[in-house]
Amino acid sequence: MSDFSQQMASHDWHQVQASFSVISEEQVVTALQKSQQGKSLALDDFKALISPAAAPYLEHMANLSQRFTQQRFGHTTQLFVPLYLSNMCSNICTYCGFSADNKIRRTTLTMAQIEQEALAIKAMGLDHILLVTGESERKVGMSYFEQALGVLAKHFNHISMEVQPLDTEDYVRLAELGVESILVYQETYHREKYAKYHLKGNKSDFDYRLETPDRVGKAGINKLGIGCLLGLEDWRTDAFFVASQLQYLEQKYWQMRYSLSFPRLRPCEGGAPVNSPMSERELVQLICAYRLFNHEVELSLSTRESAVFRDNMLKLGITTMSAGSKTQPGGYANEDKQLEQFSIDDNRSVEQVAAMITDKGYQVVWKDWQTGLNQHLHWC
Amino acid sequence: MLDFSVQSHNKLMIAGHQFSSRLFTGSGKFRNSGVMTQALHASGSELVTMSLKRVDLAQRSDDILRPLLANNMKLLPNTSGAKTANDAIFAAQLAREALSTNWIKLEIHPDPKYLMPDPIETLKAAEELVNDGFVVLPYIHADPVLAKRLEDVGCQAVMPLGAPIGSNKGLVSHDFLKIIIEQANVPVIIDAGIGAPSHAAYAMELGADAVLINTAMAVSPDPVAMARAFSMAVDSGRMAYLAGLATTNSHAIATSPLTAFLD
Repeated sequence: MSDFSQQMASHDWHQVQASFSVISEEQVVTALQKSQQGKSLALDDFKALISPAAAPYLEHMANLSQRFTQQRFGHTTQLFVPLYLSNMCSNICTYCGFSADNKIRRTTLTMAQIEQEALAIKAMGLDHILLVTGESERKVGMSYFEQALGVLAKHFNHISMEVQPLDTEDYVRLAELGVESILVYQETYHREKYAKYHLKGNKSDFDYRLETPDRVGKAGINKLGIGCLLGLEDWRTDAFFVASQLQYLEQKYWQMRYSLSFPRLRPCEGGAPVNSPMSERELVQLICAYRLFNHEVELSLSTRESAVFRDNMLKLGITTMSAGSKTQPGGYANEDKQLEQFSIDDNRSVEQVAAMITDKGYQVVWKDWQTGLNQHLHWC
Repeated sequence: MLDFSVQSHNKLMIAGHQFSSRLFTGSGKFRNSGVMTQALHASGSELVTMSLKRVDLAQRSDDILRPLLANNMKLLPNTSGAKTANDAIFAAQLAREALSTNWIKLEIHPDPKYLMPDPIETLKAAEELVNDGFVVLPYIHADPVLAKRLEDVGCQAVMPLGAPIGSNKGLVSHDFLKIIIEQANVPVIIDAGIGAPSHAAYAMELGADAVLINTAMAVSPDPVAMARAFSMAVDSGRMAYLAGLATTNSHAIATSPLTAFLD
């Protein structure tokens, strides 16, 4: 059992969930005062800020979130784009378009197709990419990643990966091949319910997934992105565990940078209805609370959200955005929506999103890394 | 009366290069390149640092490098993002090749949260870079012994922090900065943490040779006016330092001298 599993065991899901309804306005005000005075917030303060009692204080939270974000990141927004390499998947997950039991056409990009995608993305002006796959160890495993990175490392200064959880030595190898950042979302921290959403395949192993951030940290990866899939279970309780894991990781792997994502469940092929819906107002509350809790963490907002929402969140704590995204393999060089993982909401081009950012008085960060800058460090 | 404008003997020299302005600036966090350029002009700064990882060395068409080159700014590339001496040396060599300058602001911060500089890796990299012909300006903690060690290995200036980068907290390290300034044989540039013109003036009053400002300017609602304010504060603080500050007393001085009986 990893250290975080042990730490998590000290918080019972049901007790945490029940505690939100008894948080008082006074606790919210105390947390806001601490934040305003520049003091660090404890997990209990974070809980107060995402509780229903904090809802009337949203404007105040947004103001603080904007101030702290500008202080740390300036008037800038970084852009990246996801590159879907494969929709092959041996997992059955009730909410995902790539689920093995969905009758969709499966494809895995060849190296020639990856090169085409890379050129199409470069033509959009982007230098930061996020590689995404389903989980199919035999066809889309380490040897495939090694080949793909051989093609992509020539084109991009910053490569992130959102693929199945891997062993520590695999992460060490990926870093050697130029991967700077790993994203892995727990989806939900509710152990029993997790089993109901992840019916078959490696992903059904709750603990292996929960321990992934530790393996990434031990491998000396430069940046780690975590989060949960909002809408599966009570979002407040899941967000509490995300914040708790972030705090644990920062103390243990102090050389790693961190980012948080907050994907809300989107409709997809064969997908189950959203169990615990989250409103836009609540999502704003969560994003601002994350910022007040941690001034340095990158906060990333994807094209799952609407253009209007994204435009307005630009100034309220977000540091990183995807733009021009296609969620089907090969989508940049060829349009074929049949293969997509989920339908996106903000369909604007990269150019349009960049123009919006400029209009809002922010500078687009196209490049914020240099290939080869970090010689590889690891502690495993 | 002290005529500040004619004090050419007080111009700042680093590695044989003379600076009229003692205000150095950064290029990050501005809302756009136009505002950055105007603010840099208003500051009168003659040395601008830019992060190597942030600029597109191949295209030279990005929002930071292009206007700096177009405006003939003296560039001080920095190694931000480096976690080790090897990373920093790699970045410095890349910058020298791409930008035709052997000046480098050596920044090694393995801690991405507070961006605290690593003294061990910094000393190691500084020594190697100096031997490789670089003009090395290392970003360090306000650590007087480290400052001397860096001077000993040939750094042309030292850049101790006032407070964590971007914190705008002012000179929280002032007691140690005073020791560094007192002991230094190379210019001391206070870098990081200066959040207001009054902090910059205070740094100059202490005898710092220059200050480097970025966040406080870039994040201000009016970066151009703020740049001008910093420029005036730096001049004012320098003038006060040269004039000699009157000593302060925390209690009244007895009107009847205590040693009058000796007369």
